This record gives sequence, C-alpha cells and structure tokens, in this order.
Amino acid sequence: MSEVLVLVDHVDGAVRKTTSELLTIARRLGEPSAVFIGSEIDAARDSLKRYGAERIYVLDSTDLKDFLVAPKAEALAQLVQRQQPAAVLIASNAEGKEIAGRLAIKTSSGLITDAVDVQPRDGRLTTIQSVFAGAYTVTATVTKGTPIVTVKPNAVTPELADGAAEEQAVDVEISHTAKTARIVERSPREPTGRPELNEAAIVVSGGRGTGGDFASVEAFADALGGAVGASRAAVDAGWYPHAYQIGQTGKTVSPQLYVAAGISGAIQHRAGMQTSKTIVAINKDAESPIFELVDFGVVGDLHSVLTSAAEQALARKA
Amino acid sequence: MKIVVCVKHVPDATAARTFNADNTVDRVRAVGVLSELDEYAVEEALKIRDGDDSPDSSVVVMTMGPADARAAILKGLQMGADSGVHIVDDAIHGADSVGTSLVLAKAAERQAADIVLCGMASTDGSMSVVPAMLAERLGVPQVTFASEVTVDGDTVRIRRDGDAATEVIEATPPLVLSVTDQCNEPRYPSFKGIMAAKKKPIEELSLADIGVAETDVGLDAAWSRVEAYAERPPRSSGTIVRDEDGTGADRLVEFLAAQKFI
Repeated sequence: MSEVLVLVDHVDGAVRKTTSELLTIARRLGEPSAVFIGSEIDAARDSLKRYGAERIYVLDSTDLKDFLVAPKAEALAQLVQRQQPAAVLIASNAEGKEIAGRLAIKTSSGLITDAVDVQPRDGRLTTIQSVFAGAYTVTATVTKGTPIVTVKPNAVTPELADGAAEEQAVDVEISHTAKTARIVERSPREPTGRPELNEAAIVVSGGRGTGGDFASVEAFADALGGAVGASRAAVDAGWYPHAYQIGQTGKTVSPQLYVAAGISGAIQHRAGMQTSKTIVAINKDAESPIFELVDFGVVGDLHSVLTSAAEQALARKA
Repeated sequence: MKIVVCVKHVPDATAARTFNADNTVDRVRAVGVLSELDEYAVEEALKIRDGDDSPDSSVVVMTMGPADARAAILKGLQMGADSGVHIVDDAIHGADSVGTSLVLAKAAERQAADIVLCGMASTDGSMSVVPAMLAERLGVPQVTFASEVTVDGDTVRIRRDGDAATEVIEATPPLVLSVTDQCNEPRYPSFKGIMAAKKKPIEELSLADIGVAETDVGLDAAWSRVEAYAERPPRSSGTIVRDEDGTGADRLVEFLAAQKFI
C-alpha cells in the first residue's frame, strides 16, 4: 500500500483531535505515516499509534521552531521528495494552509484546502468542500504531482487502529531563505477549561443580543460541556476575544450542535457555522435570518432562556 | 517604501453566487466588488506609506482578472493608492491558487516592491494560501495574518493571533505581508478621493508582458480541478417557539434531550 503523510498538529506534544481525524482518513487512502515536527514526541507517540500511524517521522530542530512556516514547508518537501507518498494531509488552520501552499509550489503539486471529506475514487483522491458560505458543495481532485489536501476539523469520526508506529528520526537542512521571518515573542493562549472551539461537539455562541453579558452563554455551554464562540459584532464590541470569533474571518466550526444566542445570522457568520449538524437559535427578533437555518428556535430573551435551560440541563445530568 | 497591494475582484458575498458550465466561479453575471478583506490590505498600505518620509513612497494596487476587475483597482485608488496594475488576459480564466500566485509573483517582481501586501483571504475562494505562495515564489520572508503591523526603520513587526499562541514576528523587506480584519478600520473613499482616482494611471498587462506562458496558467494548466458542484439542499424548516409564556427554556431542553445532547 502506498504511504500517506499526515502532518501532526500539536501543542507542545499534545496531539490535537484533527490529527486523529487525518490518520483515519489516511487509512482510507493508503498507509498512514505521521510527520512530527518538534521535540516532544514522547508526549505524542501513544496517540499517533492508537489512531493507526504505521510510521512516525520525527523532525526535531530549533530551525523549525523559531521561524514562521517556511522551514516546516521546506522540511516536509524534503520528506515528500524522499518518500514519494500518495498524498499529504494537513490540518486546515492558518499555519497548516500556509505550509500546504508552500509545499505545493516546492513539489509542483496541486493543492486543495478546507476539505470536509476525502475519499479514494477510481484510484484517485477526491475531496468534498463546502463553499460560498456553505451554499454549495464542490467535488474536486488534484491533477498534478502529489495531492496536498488540508482537511477541516470534524470531517470524520476518529477510528482507533493500532499502528506499528515505527519511529524514524529525519535530518533536514533548512535554507537561510526560509529563516528570514523570525518569531521574537510567543505567548501561549490561556486555557479556558472548555473544549477547543474547532474540535468541540457542542458550540454555544453569543452575539450582539447578549448586550455584552456572556454569563448565560458560558453557563449554558458549561452545562452541555461545550465550547463558547462569539459573533463578529460581539468581538468588535470588545465583549469577547477574537480567538473565539465564528465566521468568515474567524473560525469555521462544524459541531454536532451549534447554539446561536443573540446572533442575527449574517452571511459572514453563516460561513462559519452553516455546516453544523443541528442548529438552535435564541433571539428576540422573530424576523432574524438565523431562524431560516435552525432545527429549533426560541423567540425570546436569551439570558432568561439560557439560564433556565442550563439549570434544567444540570438537574437532568445529576 | 514601495508597497504593492494584491487585491481581488469577487462576486458580492451578499448576493447570489454560482458557477459556470466549466465548474469555474461565475464572475460575469455576478455583481462584482473589491473583496471586503482586501480593503484592510489597502488601508494598511496607505498607513505605512503615510508614515514613511521617503519621497519615493507609494502604493500600487494590483489585480488579475477579466475587464470588470478594474473596478477593484479603482476602489483602491479612490481610497488613496497612487496607481494600478491590471493583469488581464483570456488565458487566465480558471487559474487555481498555484497559477494565481505565479502571475502575481511575476507581476510583483517587475514592481521591485519593498512590501507585497495581501488580505487574509478572498471572500470567494477563501483559501488563504496565495500570500504564502507568493513568498515562496519570490524567495522573500512571509509575515502573514497580521492583527497589528509596526514598521520600525528597516524592520516590519507583526502580531499574529494564532490558534494556540499569539506571536510577534519580525522580518526585513522585501517581504510579503498579509493582514486580518483586526488590523485597522478601512476608510471610505471621500468625494475628493473619487475625483482624484479618475486621473490616476492603471497599467494593463498581458501574460506575455510579465513573461508568463499561457500554458502555465488558466483552467487547463490548473493542478487541481473542480469536477462537480451542487447546491446544498435547503435546511428543512425547524420548530420555532415563542417564549411569551416562559416555557421556551423547557421546550429547548426537551428538544436537546430528545436529540441526546443532554
């Protein structure tokens, strides 16, 4: 079987769920090999093995850490030249897409970003993307080189499969040109104790209608074990940090359940949540376009509805 | 500093968008606008130019696309840019990100810019890869997804709010810079700006003019291909309840419990 490279997305060795999803997809296409960039492989090994990595390439160098994306793309390109894999799968976040873009140019390969599904068809890799704010789905394929595909979170349910996880340290040479954008300062995001927005099965978001008070949104999210998001209006008003913005210029989420509280549902917001499985909205304005999308909607005051619903949800759990 | 801003003329996201028979985006019947996120790039370019004392400081707005795409350049000129470059050639139709980055890189090289500035994504393709590809092709540093830009002598410093961390990144021009919508508040063109734009030069270039072979771009040369598209079926209409009697929360909880979310 041909080898499929999966670039591991991790924070200090903590492997993100998207990587388990990519390994699961890779197994459909061939034999998954994980590519781990960093020095914390000890923390990551078990998770990669558990989701079916047959091989793990470990690339560890300070050259890969202190500079923006270019060295990672260069290292990956060297591995692609050497292994000639059937495909390269990368998580669809800002850094992943930039690495993929550079890799495509370096290896003269076609690139597809933001796939929501990847399948082998007639011996070729085929992707599904959701475009124009979720109004269309598009089927695409790569016609040149090694298909490089970035895949969105929640594209598949990760499946356990014991991989051989045969480890191989890889030496890469990083050019001077790749080391010209220096990271001079780095402050990790404070943990919130809630699931990561991209990965969460449940997301509860607040918008303009919260009036700046996110307490009931957070309480309801916590009662359901979900993540908290915000609309652009709420972020622009300074009510919630930009890292939690859902929409065209923020994060795109595709959870099992999306709850929009006090969000009108402009096209820019829809772009970030329209592919959610179940959508619920609470809004004072019965004419809000968000109600066109919902499976269940409540016309009313979001604070009283969410506070009461959170209490009831906790009571049911107890 | 000489700054080249790469902008895109896109179908208006708030109007209906669709495809052509060859599976490319319909750019003719659609109402075209300057991609909203490129306004932040134009604004940042103007701010850098205006904060720079050197007499040869200028902002060039560059686009590639059919004749109508000129409107995107014009908007940039109305905001205050100095001149425009329009790469227009029938052979460009259907170019993918790889082809787009080739055309823009070749055209940018001719400008000998200190900074090639882009928005964080187009509002149609929204891949966010062209800036990184441009840096790769031009062999220059990439400082991208900037939420804040500081130009300090010969150093460009940005803040990048990433998924896991906020980073401060530095590089020296020539470089490729991309900015997010957190970076600034784009100005509206003033009446004076609109009048002045009419006199500003827009240079039209063909692929031959910038030294790109027709066979290297366009639909047939694309390294990825859209095989089919389908309109997403409308979501079936859901249940809407009014909370007038205060039972909204109860019914919401019942719904979520029935769906096994609680």
